[in-house]
Amino acid sequence: MATAHSRTAARFMLSPAVVLLLGWMIIPLSMTIYFSFLRYNLLMPGMEEFAGFMNYRFFLTDPAFFAALANTILLVVGVLLITVIGGTLLALLLDQPVWGQGIVRILVIAPFFVMPTVSALVWKNMFMNPVNGLFAHMAKAVGLEPFDFLAQAPLFSIIIMVAWQWLPFATLILLTALQSLDREQIEASEIDGAGPFSRFFYIVLPHMARAITVVILIQTIFLLSVFAEILVTTNGGPGYASTNITYLVYAQSLLQFDVGGGSAGGIVAVILANIVAIFLMRMIGKNLEV
Amino acid sequence: MGTITLTKVTKSFGSTEVIPPLDLEINDGEFVVFVGPSGCGKSTLLRLIAGLEDVTSGVIEIDGRDATRIPPARRGLAMVFQSYALYPHMTVAKNIAFPLKMAGVDKKVADDKVAAAAKVLNLTDYLERRPGQLSGGQRQRVAIGRAIVREPEAFLFDEPLSNLDAALRVNMRLEISQLHQDLATTMIYVTHDQVEAMTMADKIVVLHAGHIEQVGSPLELYNNPANMFVAGFIGSPKMNFIGGETASAFGADTIGVRPEHFAIATEPTDGAWEATVDVSEHLGSDTFFHVHSGIGERLTIRSVGELGLKHGDKVYVTPDRSRIHRFDANGNTVASQR
Repeated sequence: MATAHSRTAARFMLSPAVVLLLGWMIIPLSMTIYFSFLRYNLLMPGMEEFAGFMNYRFFLTDPAFFAALANTILLVVGVLLITVIGGTLLALLLDQPVWGQGIVRILVIAPFFVMPTVSALVWKNMFMNPVNGLFAHMAKAVGLEPFDFLAQAPLFSIIIMVAWQWLPFATLILLTALQSLDREQIEASEIDGAGPFSRFFYIVLPHMARAITVVILIQTIFLLSVFAEILVTTNGGPGYASTNITYLVYAQSLLQFDVGGGSAGGIVAVILANIVAIFLMRMIGKNLEV
Repeated sequence: MGTITLTKVTKSFGSTEVIPPLDLEINDGEFVVFVGPSGCGKSTLLRLIAGLEDVTSGVIEIDGRDATRIPPARRGLAMVFQSYALYPHMTVAKNIAFPLKMAGVDKKVADDKVAAAAKVLNLTDYLERRPGQLSGGQRQRVAIGRAIVREPEAFLFDEPLSNLDAALRVNMRLEISQLHQDLATTMIYVTHDQVEAMTMADKIVVLHAGHIEQVGSPLELYNNPANMFVAGFIGSPKMNFIGGETASAFGADTIGVRPEHFAIATEPTDGAWEATVDVSEHLGSDTFFHVHSGIGERLTIRSVGELGLKHGDKVYVTPDRSRIHRFDANGNTVASQR
């Protein structure tokens, strides 16, 4: 790829893919923007008219929006906390030489292969159900009143489900980071007099910093758009207690048939995601240097 | 004070015995080099002394105190690793200060010690850099600095120069020797390079398959090797071994003559072996000739200065009779008849 000729040829051959990808992104985005400026309700077909920023005004002043925003942030931060801390601890555990290490590692990764709707249904019906769930049985066994997770603490329950799904991913990435740590560095710190805790905080954790940022970045992208778990368990309720932005957009456009309002919500979500992305890229860019 | 005594120390990994029972005495202030081919157990021995591996049996005493079960940090030893093992996310200053920080030394005192170590090692201008921004030699010096600030009873070096290029290696060799002169602390140095061993050591320990083959000063090993292994390992180029009838004539199974203990001439002389030059290597100061001789052996011969012999030339080589080493069938040295 050195000569000017081969570079031109390369650009030429790349162009179909680039055009396709660009169109794939631009067309839905511009249509969403277009709809967001229309008064467009599926119950009143043929009545579309330009509405200016009305949809945005309604969406952004809706109390549901603030509840959903708070829920989204709680969901992302909660899951990140559980997966990063839990993943680090699990990775430390799995890094120890134990009998049957290979099988244990595969078992740990397993939840990642279960699709979100299935895992959410399993959690809802087999664990958290106040009558038949395992947790209810456990509570009854020790004489306690069963706790109705999805009614009493819907957001917390969803955080637990999503964290269970993402924990293997974090564990796996952090485990590989842990395994790439130079043995001699650990030995040097041992001779330098670092105990297990200072060794972890001064040597192991800084070494894993890069992997942790990667985990945070990738997970944030996916966690901002958690949807299936909410749809099959709480439907965003009770009230707006477990509605995030993604679910709110769905409710607006497909439950209330307000395509215009839903589109405005979608654009707001895109803008919020981009703000998060800018911060994350800054943070990661700093961490990925050197 | 840094005396280290090993008594009947053994090490096994599973059922493989890496180090059979071994005794060794290291005196205070000595520069001891463990040398041997790769896989001879020299690094394992060093790690046993450092406490990074547990001994299977036996006793390690440091300073007359039983250290066999003491964790590495409290043995009062400092180690320099082959890969330097610097902490990549810390600056040079923080790397050097790390052992002090772990020991809970006052920040002010630690800073002074780091500054002093940096001055000795010419690192003052680099204190704020990260290891990734340093050259190999500088990293090596940081690793040594991290060892110095602990003021250990003894320094342990695990092949510290093997990652450096040839020119830098010679420099660092001198620097470490100089450091030993200045600090007068016990140093144990592991290497597979016999040149490093010969140039730096007060005492060389030659290891082979976990056994100590011989312990002695560099010249002792050079002049009076205990067996064929030591004779072949110490000295460069390697000693020539000659068996068969030629050896029998000297009352031995094998005789060994170092390349530098041959005289080479183009005219026949008394007691000379006739030989033909295969390859000659001109180093300027010396010339190495690889010859095959009438007695059926290939020999390496070193001659001082330039000697214009080339492939196919007929030469006459005479071994220095007073410097012939004689070995019995087991490879052990036969007592001299001189």
